Amino acid sequence: MANIVQFENVGLRYDTGAETLSDISFTLRSGAFYFLTGASGAGKTSLLRLLYLAQRPSRGVIRLFGEDAVLLPRDRMPGFRRRIGVVFQDFRLVPHLSTWDNIALPLRVAGMPEADLRQPVEEMLAWVGLTERAEARPATLSGGEQQRVAIARAVIARPEMLVADEPTGNVDPDMAERLLHLFESLNKLGTTVVVATHDLHLLNRIPTAQMMRLDHGRLLDPTGSLQYPPSPRAEP
Amino acid sequence: MSRASERRVLDEAGGVRAMTWVMAIMLFLTMLAAALGLGTAGAARALDRQLAGRLTVQIIDGDPVRRDASAARVLATLRTLPEVTRVAAVDRAELTRLLRPWLGSDGADPGLPVPAMIDVDLGGQDDAAVAAVARAVRGVAPTARVDRHETWMSPVSGVMRSLTLLALGIVLLMAGATAAVVVLAARAGLETHRATIEVMHMLGSTDLQVARLFQRRVAIDAAIGGVAGAGVAIAVILLIMTRLQGLGSELLDGGRLSSTDWATLGAMPIGFIVLAMVAARATIVRAMRTTL
Ligand SMILES: Nc1ncnc2c1ncn2[C@@H]1O[C@H](COP(=O)(O)OP(=O)(O)OP(=O)(O)O)[C@@H](O)[C@H]1O
Ligand SMILES: [Mg+2]
Repeated sequence: MANIVQFENVGLRYDTGAETLSDISFTLRSGAFYFLTGASGAGKTSLLRLLYLAQRPSRGVIRLFGEDAVLLPRDRMPGFRRRIGVVFQDFRLVPHLSTWDNIALPLRVAGMPEADLRQPVEEMLAWVGLTERAEARPATLSGGEQQRVAIARAVIARPEMLVADEPTGNVDPDMAERLLHLFESLNKLGTTVVVATHDLHLLNRIPTAQMMRLDHGRLLDPTGSLQYPPSPRAEP
Repeated sequence: MSRASERRVLDEAGGVRAMTWVMAIMLFLTMLAAALGLGTAGAARALDRQLAGRLTVQIIDGDPVRRDASAARVLATLRTLPEVTRVAAVDRAELTRLLRPWLGSDGADPGLPVPAMIDVDLGGQDDAAVAAVARAVRGVAPTARVDRHETWMSPVSGVMRSLTLLALGIVLLMAGATAAVVVLAARAGLETHRATIEVMHMLGSTDLQVARLFQRRVAIDAAIGGVAGAGVAIAVILLIMTRLQGLGSELLDGGRLSSTDWATLGAMPIGFIVLAMVAARATIVRAMRTTL
């Protein structure tokens, strides 16, 4: 398996403060499943933002799909971003679009003809249990429903890499399991999955997943060195 | 993306927006200015056509008998000239009527040394013909004066040309102001929709795809405003034209809008809508270059 992502001594500094992320080095193998954990404020979202090209690092090297992502020219960004599905921590649904249209958005952006949208969108709606809410606007959806729309939108275009930031924070345990199962299915089809989460229960659900832990902007263990659950006792 | 879904990405709500009003007002004013300019240009052209090749021969002589004799000779001579298409002595009664405001009833006194006047129409308007006529006239009446109408109407033509240029200037300024308003509106729109734009970028939209969302939005707003403004402007222009026709003035009648003029006016809303779209697109593409 090839490396899909490679970070080398990456640092990120917002404005002029201290570094939010320091000396981040890791590689992600294509087709693997990763969890990213860490306390609130540790820098999980910041790291993921680097990963899905929402932010350039202050220093270091990031290679994505075998190319230098730091020096990537602007006009090539859209092509890269279409290969990455993102579940934002704050969902970021387009407020004026229905559930149906929000989920269809990545396919439309990629230029899929209108006639071909119906089948994948409706399949996706069924998967996340929102068929009944297809015409609803995000503002009229519950937090959990919005989260499911965000997940459906992230996976519908079968991205090569899925980056999910706290994707189960607002749903009940049953739905969390269902969504995780969705990620797992996608992973089995070859998508590399990176999930940031506080939820340690989730980690148990994917025995093959690897874990990255962030602490105050630093990565604790080199990726892949830690399986979850770890064979001896977990950390305090 | 399809048109319908594209339009819905940005907020559709809000009813009549500022852009629509601005476009309506701008187009209303611009089309009035343009109509004025086209009308004046038309009147100036009509005036030129009427005056070109028109002469007046004046025979000034204190002795009415000699004056009338000279006039008769000049008339006879002019009738033989090939350059001349029409000759008519200005009727004395008509001349008296014209002079009454200045001379009062004294103008009717046959003893008054009023010049004899002869209107001459030439086939063309070339200087050689005018010179030939003048030579022939002076051959039979050395004191006669030959005036070209163009010469004394030229200040009027000058004013009309200035008015036409002024109208053109106003149209151009309005177009500039409209573009500026669109740029401001597009910047405000970028601010309002920043979150949505960022999401569209993260989903892999190109700058042009995002710009197209705005362009459609701007085009719709501009079209509604433009058509409304143009409609009111055309109604006002038609009203003014019927009032002018009622005046029966030959000069103003030349200012009637031709079908080409109407076509030009009709093209203005389209031009302004295209202008708005281009300005919006340029603003947005430029603003997005600074984002990641
Ligand atoms: N745009 C920003 N500008 C300045 N500081 C920021 C910005 N985004 C995040 N930070 C700071 O960087 C640090 C890491 O934030 P980040 O959102 O990456 O944490 P996190 O691990 O995702 O936390 P949580 O679990 O609460 O989502 C925090 O101290 C935060 O205040
Ligand atoms: Mg976070």
